[in-house]
Amino acid sequence: MVNPISYTPGQDPMQPRPFRVVRAIRETADVVTLELEAQSGPPLAFQPGQFTMLYVFGVGEVPISISGDPHKPARLVQTIRRVGLVTEALCKLGRGDVVGVRGPFGSHWPLEQARGGDVVIVAGGIGLPPLRPAIYHILHQRQDYGRVYLLYGARTPADLLFPEELKRWQHTLAHAPGASPVRVTVDRAEGGWDGAVGVVTSLIPVLPIDPLRTTALMVGPEVMMRFTISELRKRGIPEENLYLSMERNMKCAVGFCGHCQYGPHFICKDGPVLAFPRVRDWITRKEV
Amino acid sequence: MQKGPFVLERSGLLQLLQALKAKGYLTLGPTVREGAIVYDQLSRLEDLPIGYTDHQEGGTYRLRRRGDEALFGYNVGPHSWKRFLHPPILRLFRARKINGGFEFEHEAEALPNYAFIGVRACELLAIRVQDQVFLGGAYQDPHYKARRERVFIVAVNCTQAGNTCFCASVQSGPKAQAGFDLALTEVLEGDRHYFVGEVGSERGAEVLGEIPHRAALPSEVAQAEAKVAQATRQMGRSLATEGLKEMLYQNLEHPRWEQVAARCLSCGNCTQVCPTCFCTSVEDHTDLSGVAERTRRWDSCFTADFSYLHGGSVRVSTKARYRQWLTHKLATWQDQFGMLGCVGCGRCITWCPVGIDLTEEVAAMRGAHV
Repeated sequence: MVNPISYTPGQDPMQPRPFRVVRAIRETADVVTLELEAQSGPPLAFQPGQFTMLYVFGVGEVPISISGDPHKPARLVQTIRRVGLVTEALCKLGRGDVVGVRGPFGSHWPLEQARGGDVVIVAGGIGLPPLRPAIYHILHQRQDYGRVYLLYGARTPADLLFPEELKRWQHTLAHAPGASPVRVTVDRAEGGWDGAVGVVTSLIPVLPIDPLRTTALMVGPEVMMRFTISELRKRGIPEENLYLSMERNMKCAVGFCGHCQYGPHFICKDGPVLAFPRVRDWITRKEV
Repeated sequence: MQKGPFVLERSGLLQLLQALKAKGYLTLGPTVREGAIVYDQLSRLEDLPIGYTDHQEGGTYRLRRRGDEALFGYNVGPHSWKRFLHPPILRLFRARKINGGFEFEHEAEALPNYAFIGVRACELLAIRVQDQVFLGGAYQDPHYKARRERVFIVAVNCTQAGNTCFCASVQSGPKAQAGFDLALTEVLEGDRHYFVGEVGSERGAEVLGEIPHRAALPSEVAQAEAKVAQATRQMGRSLATEGLKEMLYQNLEHPRWEQVAARCLSCGNCTQVCPTCFCTSVEDHTDLSGVAERTRRWDSCFTADFSYLHGGSVRVSTKARYRQWLTHKLATWQDQFGMLGCVGCGRCITWCPVGIDLTEEVAAMRGAHV
């Protein structure tokens, strides 16, 4: 009467694969980047904008965006901010520790469609890591894109992620000398900061772009993305060229658990990256 | 294969149970427990709710005696078949701590072959709806799939409808149309008690071939059809589905949401009894012996935890949670899965402790667009 069945890994999307931490980088007071290698099996190829589910043994599992270079998949790079139980456990990991990985999941940035035009990347706080793979990809094929700007807002100068890369990108992302592609602002200046202070949207009105041929990619708090969209629309960028990455509670990442629903969308499989017209009717509503 | 309708005498149902058991099936069906008709193991006809019917209304469920010996003279209770295909609690894996890491323990899951006896038309549709959720997309749930593939379904057409039923208006019943191996209509007429049946699959024909049956007379088929038509006439409620999605999308800020939220206890009963609600929570546990487990359990969009996102719930208010549930069932579900998430079984109305009625909420919003 009873027929035993067993599930082999790979067949079950809920089964993580063990990855070993090969490097843990403390980025800021509450942000850590983990570099991971698969203990067995192939490395994890991904598209910029996708995420994984990271599992800490016995503690739990959370969705984390991939922050590494899609052209170098041998090492899975993920940047985590400490906000709860599981992310705190992830931030405490060191070299040699093992985590479970599922994925990659979700939609990706429209880097193919964006070719030939200008690209505006807008990041708020921990929104920069999920955009970094897109920046790496653009740098790999820099000649395929027009003007590229990274607008990045953080709480304080001490919260700025990847400061060395920001400096490097100021040159490597530039389409022409003196283009100043990386524009950073902070909410609260502290000692020694001589950059811009204010919200990241204040950087948009002065951007030298060709609006009809511009694609915008943004990640940050919803309120920041709403105002960013409004400013970008004022510049005349078509709304179908505006892409945002949404966040909701996720338990399964494959559309079974129902937690990440946002109107008709499952953020895990239809998103996280969505074109603005798909969320237009929902993003101004409360408690969706 | 039996082509036309057949007749199975009342005693033939016991032989059907025995034939299914002989083939290795675990036979499950309606039975009375704690004042309600629930689904559990059936080994003999006496396990069925013989002579019972149920009185259902918003917030009310009572068993009553029918005054006859009907085996299926009632409608659906608090259980649905999802508890077997999509179990309330399911272990997804066990992992053990080993030197410098962990490894998964691969265990074979002992899984019976289920035979569902007495699946109503609305429930057949509910199973098709969950098939779409767990098997119809880019990812397939192997746990659901393994259970679903093996199930043998004996549908029973409804010959009466409850006050909270509205399957006719959402075109899911009361007659089973597809998705069964065998379908039966119970007929009690004078001193005769028999079933008019229909074969829905090769497997169904094979099982039928092992038990005594005969071709149905046109008069018997007509009797059965009359009984089902009676259920359609008795249907206590209705839900107008035309333009439903658009109507809800246009009324996401309707004052009715506040009004229903003032009554809603956010208890989640509706989601637990709903045969299509599929949401789960995934929980990781560990113990002192170094073994960690991942379990999946039914969850409800009415809890605060459901929409928790670093630091708080996205849906803080009961209004937002009820709106999420109802718009999911009736509107966003159509965008996600190409079908309604509601099959008209009426369980959410019956089992709501304050008797909130989704058909009434929809009618109110239709009547007063904002």
